[in-house]
Amino acid sequence: MAEVKEKVPRQKMPEQDPGVRKRNFKEVPLGYPAETAILEAGRCLQCKTPGCSKGCPVGIDIPGFIKEIASKNFEAGIAKLKEQNALPAVCGRVCPQESQCEGGCILGKKGESVAIGRLERFLADWERNEGKVKLPNIPAPTGKRVAVVGSGPSGLTVAGDLCLKGHDVTVFEAFHKPGGVLLYGIPEFRLPKDILFAEINYLERLGVKFEVNSVVGKVVSLEELFAEGYQAIYVAVGAGLPYFLGVPGENLIGVYSANEYLTRSNLMKAYLFPEYDTPLVRGKNVIVVGAGNVAMDSARTAMRMGADTVKIVYRRSREEMPARAEEIHHAEEEGIELFLLTNPVRFMGDADGRLTTVECQKMELGEPDASGRRRPVPIEGAFFTMPTDLAVISVGAGANPLLTSTTPALSLNKRGYIVAQAETGKTTMKGVWAGGDIVTGMATVIQAMGAGKQAAASMHAYLTMGW
Amino acid sequence: MYKILSKRELAQGTVVENVISAPRIAKKAKPGQFVILRVNETGERIPLTMADTDPDKGTITLIYQVVGKTTALMKSLGVGDGYQDIAGPLGKPTHIEKVGTVVCIGGGTGIAVLHPITRALKEAGNKVYALCGARTKDLLIMEDAMAAASTECTLCTDDGSCGYHGFGTDLLKQILDREKVDLVVGIGPVPMMKFVCAVTKPYNVKTLVSLNAIMVDGTGMCGCCRATVGGKTQFACVDGPEFDGHQVDFDELAKRLRGYSDMERQSMELFEHKCSCK
Ligand SMILES: Cc1cc2nc3c(=O)[nH]c(=O)nc-3n(C[C@H](O)[C@H](O)[C@H](O)COP(=O)(O)OP(=O)(O)OC[C@H]3O[C@@H](n4cnc5c(N)ncnc54)[C@H](O)[C@@H]3O)c2cc1C
Ligand SMILES: Cc1cc2nc3c(=O)[nH]c(=O)nc-3n(C[C@H](O)[C@H](O)[C@H](O)COP(=O)(O)OP(=O)(O)OC[C@H]3O[C@@H](n4cnc5c(N)ncnc54)[C@H](O)[C@@H]3O)c2cc1C
Ligand code: SF4
Ligand code: SF4
Ligand code: FES
Repeated sequence: MAEVKEKVPRQKMPEQDPGVRKRNFKEVPLGYPAETAILEAGRCLQCKTPGCSKGCPVGIDIPGFIKEIASKNFEAGIAKLKEQNALPAVCGRVCPQESQCEGGCILGKKGESVAIGRLERFLADWERNEGKVKLPNIPAPTGKRVAVVGSGPSGLTVAGDLCLKGHDVTVFEAFHKPGGVLLYGIPEFRLPKDILFAEINYLERLGVKFEVNSVVGKVVSLEELFAEGYQAIYVAVGAGLPYFLGVPGENLIGVYSANEYLTRSNLMKAYLFPEYDTPLVRGKNVIVVGAGNVAMDSARTAMRMGADTVKIVYRRSREEMPARAEEIHHAEEEGIELFLLTNPVRFMGDADGRLTTVECQKMELGEPDASGRRRPVPIEGAFFTMPTDLAVISVGAGANPLLTSTTPALSLNKRGYIVAQAETGKTTMKGVWAGGDIVTGMATVIQAMGAGKQAAASMHAYLTMGW
Repeated sequence: MYKILSKRELAQGTVVENVISAPRIAKKAKPGQFVILRVNETGERIPLTMADTDPDKGTITLIYQVVGKTTALMKSLGVGDGYQDIAGPLGKPTHIEKVGTVVCIGGGTGIAVLHPITRALKEAGNKVYALCGARTKDLLIMEDAMAAASTECTLCTDDGSCGYHGFGTDLLKQILDREKVDLVVGIGPVPMMKFVCAVTKPYNVKTLVSLNAIMVDGTGMCGCCRATVGGKTQFACVDGPEFDGHQVDFDELAKRLRGYSDMERQSMELFEHKCSCK
């Protein structure tokens, strides 16, 4: 009798129970045990022309590293992964896999795709936890000096790649610690900071130098960096200009931009007040305006800070919510409510200027707009109020002009983002490259890293061969 | 680590002056700019104006009033200790040009912020009247430095223990009545700046104030420091800290400054408790 191979389903990842995790800052998904990872890896068909790799912005050899897991060669697996991705522990956690690698997986066309992100995370965690992190051989110094401005995923990628080519790299960071959005934006319960610090420590051991507290454009200009002997500069300052709604009452105490709310809680560890000094309003009835990943992170943070109710207020419908499906799912499990087709029109406060109430208007969907999504249209007279003592505005971010306004040689597009060549990241200023969110507007971690990879290759060519 | 090279207590220990090693910042700083400082790993980021800089020695001078946990912690440090993080220079420098006659009016620690601006305005060829006020004689700071930085310096105290008996704004009004003034710079507590603006408004004299909004990053990425100026929201850290005082919504600023008072008190009590247990 022919043996019928039992079909293995996509392996679930153990998670903290929603009722418990909604009040702590520990990581939500707990990672695959080795047996589960091997089982999941066995599901991969090892396609000849894998759709998954095409979906990954840095083109990781996905069947390649999965094969090593299936045959229990974890060390070979992580080596393969690291050929293309210097931050696998981060990407395995925060990439929107469903629209990138896993979205291209053949198994996903009929059933469930291979859990590529979880496998990537498994290898990276295994390497770190087993103490297997090895330093690669670093070539002899070239004597060329490179400055990287901004220490988010894009800047870190360039720093790592160029260090491995023997160049002398210094990263300048405005904040007191490196990491960019990975540090101050994405919360601990999605990306434990110890993992980030381990990655940064690895770069330091490679020889990358970090100059924190260095606001480039203020303390030193790009021209001055050249004068100090840097021969090439990579600008990756992110998209850090918060948008507000422009409605009355927005400056009341208790109304935050998501940037401020998350920076206070993540970077400054306000959730550990008073052990840490930075305060943060602990709202009882919270609204978060917007429906992207940033909004989900803010809402889930507010819940963990002890809120009774947290509502996501969004002017379109569920279909248009830009956040990852997994994040919305996690948020709803934790008791966060969705108030869709709803738009805040006014914030009201008490005599001390503290937020007490928000007034909203009901919306309906009209004709499609320029983005192809149906435009939200206010319903006349459909106003209502809700008691609210904390509102987090999370409706996007723009280009922060702090550096670009002091560097006239950098051409900007009409929205203030730096103009850079698609394949190389070269800007209009000689010796200066740019990439990540400051070129594309807010995108994803792995896209910012992909831009860094391309720029690093182009910068290396310049340093060895010329502009 | 940014080392403290000297420490001096002023105004009966309610105000402290630190000279700190920060060569890169010292080289770049201009009057009116500030730094953001974090004392240690668990510390808050707080903005402080540079009262002076020495680019050759690579030092900056901070003068701060002890008002809460962070400044109390700073006061507990001495020469040889240091601050973990200092970022700057931040904010727009004061626009210094020759306009004619200027009145620089400072209250409390605002005088420290006002000092480099006063000096620069005088060096630019302006006739500069300095008016320095405090509640009482012992709380006045930088009398000599302000005298040297200005064309004519008058001290005033609320209780008459030194100089003119009364508010600096009375003297400001006298000057405005007496001669043509082209610019007033008023820096101090919010109620004082509001009052200065109320005095100059009828004379239609341009009045600059420096907004001490609560800040986090100081680079325009969080919006914590927002203030309403001329009906529009501005970020004090990048659009300021100086603004046309006649356009500023001071009441909103005052409320926002009290936004965390409960937690600030809790922090302070915990700190004092720890200190007394040592
Ligand atoms: C809350 C939040 C959640 C997100 N979640 C996800 C997710 O789940 N998955 C995903 O793929 N993407 C996510 N993103 C988007 C992703 O984080 C960004 O696309 C990515 O971090 C961009 O990287 P970057 O290197 O271009 O810039 P950033 O990460 O923004 O880093 C820029 C760095 O430059 C520094 N800087 C700025 N100006 C200066 C200056 N003048 N001098 C020196 N340094 C300066 C900043 O302090 C910062 O550290 C999220 C973003 C946010 C805000
Ligand atoms: C651009 C700028 C420049 C400044 N320069 C100086 C300076 O040169 N010297 C100086 O002594 N102070 C200056 N300040 C004010 C200083 O930042 C605060 O006094 C400091 O943050 C208080 O910290 P704390 O933890 O000791 O007190 P907290 O516990 O934070 O506050 C204690 C008390 O001080 C008030 N307070 C809190 N933050 C501020 C603030 N930003 N401004 C005024 N009062 C506040 C609170 O309402 C509370 O009553 C400046 C502020 C700004 C924005
Ligand atoms: S880096 Fe991101 S997109 Fe690429 S394979 Fe890994 S999880 Fe998928
Ligand atoms: S497309 Fe899916 S099944 Fe095919 S190689 Fe990639 S992960 Fe494996
Ligand atoms: S302090 Fe964050 S924007 Fe000004």
